[in-house]
Amino acid sequence: MTTTTAAGKRYLSDNPRFLAAVFMSPAVIYIIALVGFPFVLAIIYSFTNISTGNPELNFVGLETFRRVLADPVFREALWNTFLFAVIANLLVVVLATALAEVLVKDFKGKWLVRFLVLLPWVAPVSLATITWLWTLDSIFSPIDWVLRELGLITENMYWLGRPGSAMGSVIAVQVWRIVPLAAVIVMAGLIAIPSEINDAVAVDGAGSWRKRFQVTIPLLAPIIAVAVLFGVILTISDMSVVYVLTRGGPTNSTQVLSTWAFIKGIEGGALGQGAAVALFLLPVLIGITAVVLRLARRREVL
Amino acid sequence: MAVVEVRGLRKEFGDVVAVDGVDLRSEEGEFLVLLGPSGCGKTTLLRMIAGLEQPTDGEILLGDENVIGLPPRARRIAMVFQSYALYPHMTVAGNIAFPLKAQGTDPAERSAKVQWAAELFGIERLLHRRPRQLSGGERQRVALARALVREPTVFLLDEPLSNLDAKLRAAARDDLMEFQRRIGITTIYVTHDQVEAMGMGDRIAVMNHGRVRQLGTPEEVYHHPADVFVAQFLGSPPMNLLESTNFLFGFRPEQFLPEGIADHEGDREPFTFHVNRIEYLGSERYLYGHIRGYDETKIIAMLPATVTLPISIDQDHKFSVARNQLRFFNRDDGNKIRPQNLNR
Amino acid sequence: MTWQDTDVPALRRKAERRHKMGRFGTYTVAILFAFLAAFPFSWALISMFKQSNDLYVKDNNPFWFNEPPTLEHLRLLFLDTNYLTFIRNTLVVGLAVTLITLALALPVAYALARLRLRWGERMGIAIFLVYLIPPTLLFIPMTRVINYLGLQESLWALILVYPTITIPISAWLLMGFFKGIPMDLEEQAMVDGHSRIGAIGRVVLPLMFPGIIAVVVFAFTLSAHEFIYALAFNKSSAVKTIATGVPTELVRGDVFFWQSLQAAVILIAVPIALIFNAFLDRFITGFTMGAVKG
Repeated sequence: MTTTTAAGKRYLSDNPRFLAAVFMSPAVIYIIALVGFPFVLAIIYSFTNISTGNPELNFVGLETFRRVLADPVFREALWNTFLFAVIANLLVVVLATALAEVLVKDFKGKWLVRFLVLLPWVAPVSLATITWLWTLDSIFSPIDWVLRELGLITENMYWLGRPGSAMGSVIAVQVWRIVPLAAVIVMAGLIAIPSEINDAVAVDGAGSWRKRFQVTIPLLAPIIAVAVLFGVILTISDMSVVYVLTRGGPTNSTQVLSTWAFIKGIEGGALGQGAAVALFLLPVLIGITAVVLRLARRREVL
Repeated sequence: MAVVEVRGLRKEFGDVVAVDGVDLRSEEGEFLVLLGPSGCGKTTLLRMIAGLEQPTDGEILLGDENVIGLPPRARRIAMVFQSYALYPHMTVAGNIAFPLKAQGTDPAERSAKVQWAAELFGIERLLHRRPRQLSGGERQRVALARALVREPTVFLLDEPLSNLDAKLRAAARDDLMEFQRRIGITTIYVTHDQVEAMGMGDRIAVMNHGRVRQLGTPEEVYHHPADVFVAQFLGSPPMNLLESTNFLFGFRPEQFLPEGIADHEGDREPFTFHVNRIEYLGSERYLYGHIRGYDETKIIAMLPATVTLPISIDQDHKFSVARNQLRFFNRDDGNKIRPQNLNR
Repeated sequence: MTWQDTDVPALRRKAERRHKMGRFGTYTVAILFAFLAAFPFSWALISMFKQSNDLYVKDNNPFWFNEPPTLEHLRLLFLDTNYLTFIRNTLVVGLAVTLITLALALPVAYALARLRLRWGERMGIAIFLVYLIPPTLLFIPMTRVINYLGLQESLWALILVYPTITIPISAWLLMGFFKGIPMDLEEQAMVDGHSRIGAIGRVVLPLMFPGIIAVVVFAFTLSAHEFIYALAFNKSSAVKTIATGVPTELVRGDVFFWQSLQAAVILIAVPIALIFNAFLDRFITGFTMGAVKG
């Protein structure tokens, strides 16, 4: 089925179905080849005992999974992945909303503040995390130095050496780097709220807290959901922060699925187990995504 | 009810002067229209009265009290916006209750007042709906209910009818007028539509470039315009303006009649009207052409259907205007001047 | 109207106070966030010029120079490591990935935004789901694929694989931008005699400029940030990007060349942040269109 333009020419490329096929196939083929195929391969690996020492695909049924699940570190990693993602992103939502609210206002030095606030997101993750490695160093931490100078502590805090503070540090670094991105997304949402609504709130006499919680945030709900989604994906699929900061230590207390998969699969050579561990990322990701989307849909506006 | 007054009000946005020294005082309970083209400053003026914009200079008095420095909620005003600005995530009841919540009214009194306001506008059955489920007219009524529920002393409206389609607009206009008359609240209404202004206003403030060019009843601004701008902004089609030796003079299309039609009504100035084109619109005829001796200026005459005299195009016809209907303006500043002699 | 029961000057004062507190709050929050975001970088900025016998003293002020500053570490970074090579590699990969992403994502975004397809909405979700599959899951088999194709230890490995990350997001972003352009423009061009593709190229693409810029920025950012694939595929220094090259070169065993590391961070982060800041308003408008209409 071809269509005719006013000039009387007929173009096969004007047929929407044909055009759609042509437009979409390169990307679709590419993704199937380079995402679908390795994905399937990863699943296959997890049913084998493939390793760097033994690179053959020997099917062992659920043996690899059993091994992986039996390992207590795995359970720790699974729990941590979930925990870090939830706590970090709750913090991100609150902080990013507060920051976005400030950044849409006009004040002196706004350009400088915007610049500084973008830095954590813009610096490559691995490098920024290395900076944090020093900032939290057990001997030389500048934070400890300030605290010592202020007389608040006498001994250093060993941020990364103790399980509790190590987990806190990982979460803090994740929050630190994601807030700029989330804030920009929320800013977009704030600007999209019609200015007459803000005028109506002023005329109706609502103070800033009432306005924030009864008007602004409900209207921002879909955008906040988008920001949370990005944040969750970034947190869960990230490997660099944990790996650089703690390698999953001390004693695997900050281990997450990504790092554990890397340590098991690449460093340890057990590729099959590494793939199996990594597969558990999917249910966690899909699970949290589904929850976020459902929450957002309930508050859906217009 | 309160009297709204502004004195020497001025608003600058950087280099741009949006409102350039406005003095205005409303009567109590009157329906005052701010009329003008976009960019004339009418909305800015309204927003300053509301407290949404801070003036660069001047005073704003509501009920004889200077309210500058007071936020909108302290001014006891209510406002209806062009888009109605209903809170999309709340029900109609929630929308109407919101200002009461902000005031700290207790829940029992709140629901009573919401019910009262809803009944006032006949929207009780809509209380559980959301704005997106309502028609344009229903949304307006919700906006009015929300505005009224606070029992304000001044009502401010910013082109609330411009988003409605033509059919709805007439009905909505009716509703608004009736409501205002019933409650008797001092109302300031902004519009660019001169038909709307003429139909609704007790008085009209015609604005241009940040200034009030004339304040008067519809009759005054239509028949006795203070300057060329007012003369041509009101009336559709606009007043015909001709240039004489050192002044301008004008007359309205409906006042330009063929010789013999109104001759008995007294002193009339004759013109030779060469008609180029005729538009027949059923209830009236528009004749387009020019007057001999003023060949550069396009002239329009409007004949009601009751005048059945046949007029042919590309011909000269004898027309006339009553001398007391002619209006005269200064050629340089456009202001009204005393009747002049048309030495022709 | 009675004002008798209200104290107007008091109301005015209260409003003024509220306004002042609001400004104070805004500045406080802004400064707080700026501080929290930037203090590691402030330290990095100082350290990159610090002598080692200044840095490695526990009780020395980390935020100022106790010994005079030095350019030694910058010299090390630029001359003793492959830093410049890493930057070049990152730029090359970024450029190539941008081109591939645009070539593949633009048509997809157009098709989903414009052509009314039955499976249009589902495709959109499918694309997003692909984005959900993390590199940490795929990198092991992906390494196998790369080795099989003989692309290991080369920039081509990254150029081939990075679009799997950029395409889904770019398609989603560009979809939003396309939806913001009225249909009439293409239809007018087609009435004027162009084919649809001609219409798109002539009329629509120029208007997509902000969206394309967003994709460019995103692709380059990814090339500079991406760690896992880069680490897995390329172990030889000559083909590393900034993200993997700097840590591996400047961390030899347990020895961290901290000052040079900080120099690397500052030198990369600051220019990118400046560019982002300049384009921020454009991004936000584009994002609004994508999120609100998507």
